[in-house]
Amino acid sequence: MDFDFSEEQRLLKESVDRFIGDRYDFEQRKTFAKSDSGYAHENWKQFAELGLLAIPFAEEHGGFGGGPTETMIVMEAFGRGLVLEPYFSTVVLGGGLLRHAGSDAHKSEFIPKIASGDLRLAFAHGERQSRYDLADVEARAKKSGSGYLLEGEKSLVLNGDSADTLIVSARMSGDERDRSGIGLFLVDGNAKGVSRRGYPTQDGLRAAEISLSGVEVPVDRVLSEDGLPIIERVVDEAIAALAAEAVGAMAEMHALTVDYLKTRKQFGVAIGAFQALQHRAVDMFVALEQARSMAMFATMMSAEDDAEARSRATSAAKVQIGRSAKIVGQGAIQLHGGVGMTMELKVGHYFKRATMIDVLFGDADYHLARLAEAGSLAA
Amino acid sequence: MDLRFTDQELAFRDEVRTFFKENLPPAIREKLKEGRHTSKDELVEWTRILNKKGWAVSHWPREYGGTGWTPVQQYIFLDELQQAPAPSPLPFGVSMVGPVIYTFGSDAQKKQFLPRIANLDDWWCQGFSEPGAGSDLASLKTTAKRDGDHYVINGQKTWTTLAQHADWIFLLARTDPSAKKQEGISFILVNMKTPGITVRPIVTIDGGAEVNEVFFDDVRVPVENRVGEENKGWDYAKFLLGNERVGIARVGVSKERLRRIRELAAATTDHGRPLIELPRFREKLAAVEVELKALEMTQLRVVAAEAKRAKGKPDPASSILKIKGSEIQQATTELLMEVVGPYALPYRQEHEDEEGWNEPPIGPDWASTIAPTYFNTRKVSIYGGSNEIQKNIIAKAILGL
Repeated sequence: MDFDFSEEQRLLKESVDRFIGDRYDFEQRKTFAKSDSGYAHENWKQFAELGLLAIPFAEEHGGFGGGPTETMIVMEAFGRGLVLEPYFSTVVLGGGLLRHAGSDAHKSEFIPKIASGDLRLAFAHGERQSRYDLADVEARAKKSGSGYLLEGEKSLVLNGDSADTLIVSARMSGDERDRSGIGLFLVDGNAKGVSRRGYPTQDGLRAAEISLSGVEVPVDRVLSEDGLPIIERVVDEAIAALAAEAVGAMAEMHALTVDYLKTRKQFGVAIGAFQALQHRAVDMFVALEQARSMAMFATMMSAEDDAEARSRATSAAKVQIGRSAKIVGQGAIQLHGGVGMTMELKVGHYFKRATMIDVLFGDADYHLARLAEAGSLAA
Repeated sequence: MDLRFTDQELAFRDEVRTFFKENLPPAIREKLKEGRHTSKDELVEWTRILNKKGWAVSHWPREYGGTGWTPVQQYIFLDELQQAPAPSPLPFGVSMVGPVIYTFGSDAQKKQFLPRIANLDDWWCQGFSEPGAGSDLASLKTTAKRDGDHYVINGQKTWTTLAQHADWIFLLARTDPSAKKQEGISFILVNMKTPGITVRPIVTIDGGAEVNEVFFDDVRVPVENRVGEENKGWDYAKFLLGNERVGIARVGVSKERLRRIRELAAATTDHGRPLIELPRFREKLAAVEVELKALEMTQLRVVAAEAKRAKGKPDPASSILKIKGSEIQQATTELLMEVVGPYALPYRQEHEDEEGWNEPPIGPDWASTIAPTYFNTRKVSIYGGSNEIQKNIIAKAILGL
């Protein structure tokens, strides 16, 4: 058992921490957010130069050959920086689907473009009725000549407005919630029949509602004909990555709050002298460390091939992250008092991001029910 | 970063697990599973089995009988011990006074006491708390007045766990009444058979009597029974309190308890269905499992860091282990209460559970210990520095408030 990073991982952490420290302060972030895509293309190029966009891919396809620990390192730093660029959509979700479902030809074609920063992906999966059920897909793929025609509505597609290529799930057979028959398709973002309505999200990121109307997909753009197990695997990896991001955001919220307790004076003393506030800050600290432990656990288990064990571990981590985020986030706002309520202060933005992470891919209650249904975590 | 146990660590775990399986007396295992207290004889029996194997004082330095295991091995050993479930060696000897003696004691004290602690030839108890000194330990009032080559001890100790079995007590007493609060305290070893000592049981809300008051009335103790220097006892006490960190979270105990809850909930019906099938109950159980898994990972992080930290410097993060560990232990007893339901009601004196009692049980035969365990377990967030004190420690030592 070893909690230490390797030399390479340590260097990666140093470089991504330096990037966040030097180029991603709160004022800079505000200017990044003003662009149409909601982030800075300059940063995306930097990510490519730093090698961050190549991390999880195999070296034979131009990747860095990293694993879940490398992704954890990057996502935690991004959580601290409240990073806006579509790393999660492109590298974690889109990249994950390509890694697990793509043919050699797909990988050779797409991965070098991701690594160089020339291709941004989005995963168009969720629909109006599906909530957190990954098998609930109504969009249809109909055979047409040698390819397919896609019809349907996709909702809450993270970074769907600016992505170059969409990975779309659509039913090739079966009924709405059947586990089998879900296909995955690579679709150009500007293809005929694709219409996208982009909008900002609560946490300052972006998403899109996407309509597919007679979208033609040639057969060599079919990523998978039985996509659900792959989607589930990638979502488990994605939850581990989000857990790390949430830990970064929570750590920063906690640090800001403790600083504030030391500097803010009331009744002639720093408010951190009051035991009621100290104990609340400690409750936040305990919640943060428990979340950090579970983010590590999810990271370790996301490489697990046993789907049931992996899914139980992922659910457990998502429960802990959601619950901790409430304790840390609500505590941070409360202990800041009135200024914590203002858009001007950074702390509220962390709170909003951590809160939105809870509602991505199943909130704490959803995953608790799923874990309870599945049986014991220890099993 | 690789959070899995290595092959050697897994092999070690199997070795420990097999040893417990083959050598733990079944009667002791059953008692612990059912939440009953083991007798003095049973703990002596088990400690001697461990000591024969060389495992009774596993964390001591090798020269005094320790194993030289890594912190991870120590953790695995304890986790397996708690999950067996097997009794932990008596902490007052092996985790408290033993390390104080081998660190600060004289050669004569080391020779006299250490082997007898390892073999549980001497049963030790702890004389720190007093009626007026709980969380504020340094306000203790017991005095040890020098009279030639003896100290004469007067005062009262309380919450003295299992003093009714004890051969020896280690205590803190004021040797310089004029000194400031933390100064002028000495650390003294007292034979419980010395004239002037009275032990009186305190009955706790579960009906048990594991704690006592101990009265000292002109008790004469040879000066050579003092550990280390006179008036430096507070330093030794701080060392002692900071020492017992691995295992404070009792993760293995809670793991075993959750397994038992599953078994009992499968055997209990609610509206004609096993309780374990009720989604509401399953979710509560799953929520505790999540907390426990997070605590186990936090514990492993502390253990891994311990391997690299200077000896004798406790990690303030271990306060987290105390807080979450006690909360989870209490949560498991609440789940047990939910499982037993109305059969929590009948009260059964503990001696009635001893062999030779022929009255049939009322309700399920495992029911009678559930409510007492729930009541008794309230103590875990109070003793060893209450959870509120732990929060003060974190606020000061980690957050710098």
